[in-house]
Amino acid sequence: MYVAVKGGERAIGNAHAWLEEERRGDVGVAELSVAQIRGQLALSVNRVMAEGALHDPDLAALAIKQARGDLVEAVFLIRAYRTTLPRFGAAQPVETAEMACDRRISATFKDLPGGQVLGPTFDYTHRLLEFRLAAEGGTPEAAPENPAAPEPVPHVAAFLGRDGLIEPAGDGEAVPPDLTREPLELPACRALRLQALARADEGFLLSLAYSTQRGYARNHAFVGELRIGKVAVEMDIPELGFPVEIGEVTLTECETVNQFKGSKTEPPQFTRGYGLAFGQTERKAIAMALVDRALRWRELGEEFTGAPAQDAEFVLSHADNVQATGFLEHIKLPHYVDFQSELELVRKLRAEAEASA
Amino acid sequence: MESANAERQAWMGLLAKAPPGRAAGLLDAAMARPAFAWLRAPETGSVMVRGRAGATGAPFNLGEMTVTRCSLRLGCGTVGHACLQGRSKPDAEAAALIDALMQTGAAAALRTAVLDPLAGERDAARRSRASKAAATKVDFFTMVRGDD
Repeated sequence: MYVAVKGGERAIGNAHAWLEEERRGDVGVAELSVAQIRGQLALSVNRVMAEGALHDPDLAALAIKQARGDLVEAVFLIRAYRTTLPRFGAAQPVETAEMACDRRISATFKDLPGGQVLGPTFDYTHRLLEFRLAAEGGTPEAAPENPAAPEPVPHVAAFLGRDGLIEPAGDGEAVPPDLTREPLELPACRALRLQALARADEGFLLSLAYSTQRGYARNHAFVGELRIGKVAVEMDIPELGFPVEIGEVTLTECETVNQFKGSKTEPPQFTRGYGLAFGQTERKAIAMALVDRALRWRELGEEFTGAPAQDAEFVLSHADNVQATGFLEHIKLPHYVDFQSELELVRKLRAEAEASA
Repeated sequence: MESANAERQAWMGLLAKAPPGRAAGLLDAAMARPAFAWLRAPETGSVMVRGRAGATGAPFNLGEMTVTRCSLRLGCGTVGHACLQGRSKPDAEAAALIDALMQTGAAAALRTAVLDPLAGERDAARRSRASKAAATKVDFFTMVRGDD
């Protein structure tokens, strides 16, 4: 426990004033605007939106500025802001098949309807520092355009599904449970797990997903499909009696295709893992799909091998970086009374040990 | 009625996706704003965005988005609603006004002055992005093997 301690007001006030000054940095250097962060640090903004579980790029950019670039702190700020908003309702599930894709690749089929579209990717770059970016004032040439007639971009899993080679995605229109309304309860259904994974820390998911690739929970995953682009968000408006589009969001979606030898009730077929996240966040979406698949061992009749990524309680209880950092960082706050009692205990034990020696 | 709803759906969707300040700018360039009374003053809140497991399966909660909504009534009694992404109250007000005015005699003029330009700009932006994406589409070719 920690107890209320009085007397730090002046020190705290001065510390926060210094924080302001340090945040601004050298006043001889131009101040960063929120618009610059939103536009030029877009992948940081996306991560803060995904883990903050609130889509608002301007707010995410503001949070990054306020947090001096500490993304976990920025996520914390977004989560805190979110709690002040009245909830107007829930949108209809987004139709990712209708996505206006900036990027769409499949690692399982070379030639597929809609094609392999690379989009604005780091893939195939040489990962060499580009020192010309250190020199300011450069405006890049406009990206080449190929004015092609738009063609439909169907989901890869649909091809396999036609031949029954992959498990169905399942159905049901049940109102999904909501972590922001009810605390996590275990066992968690897949809808609840997916919500938790969508807002989970990217680093934590990355490590867990990597562990599955290295053999901790065997599920060899192919990226059946990765797509990034805009989808419309549609909601029923009670006053109108019909749904309208209330905006559009950029999402990253990853569907993995995993080997499955079959079980007592299911024939051998491919199974699926699913990842979806706000913004262009493909490492997160791929990791989410791998962890989603690992967590599905029970419903697929697979063996629990004791791997961390299979353990829903372990994964879901530790995936949230706001919860984690809150508990981790609270131990730096005053624990004087706790420690005093520990100190007395150790002194007493030492005295006893010395007396009996 | 169905087609009237579909038309209204289309313009409300168009207004919701317009860039900040753009619909208001076009409205003000087209006409003086009529008097109105708030039925619900602009308020910002959140809407839960949902996905589906495996893209087509059961719904799950992905995360929220900020949304601003309002409702107003013109002097003639026509009611306009707006519900749009983001936190801009002026944008919500302009969208609700346009929604109301589109149900009045001003519809034709507003379609020409506001909705058509908005739709044109939206389509151009989409085309440009789609064209850039298309330019990154991979053209596979197979190396011809020398032996036969």
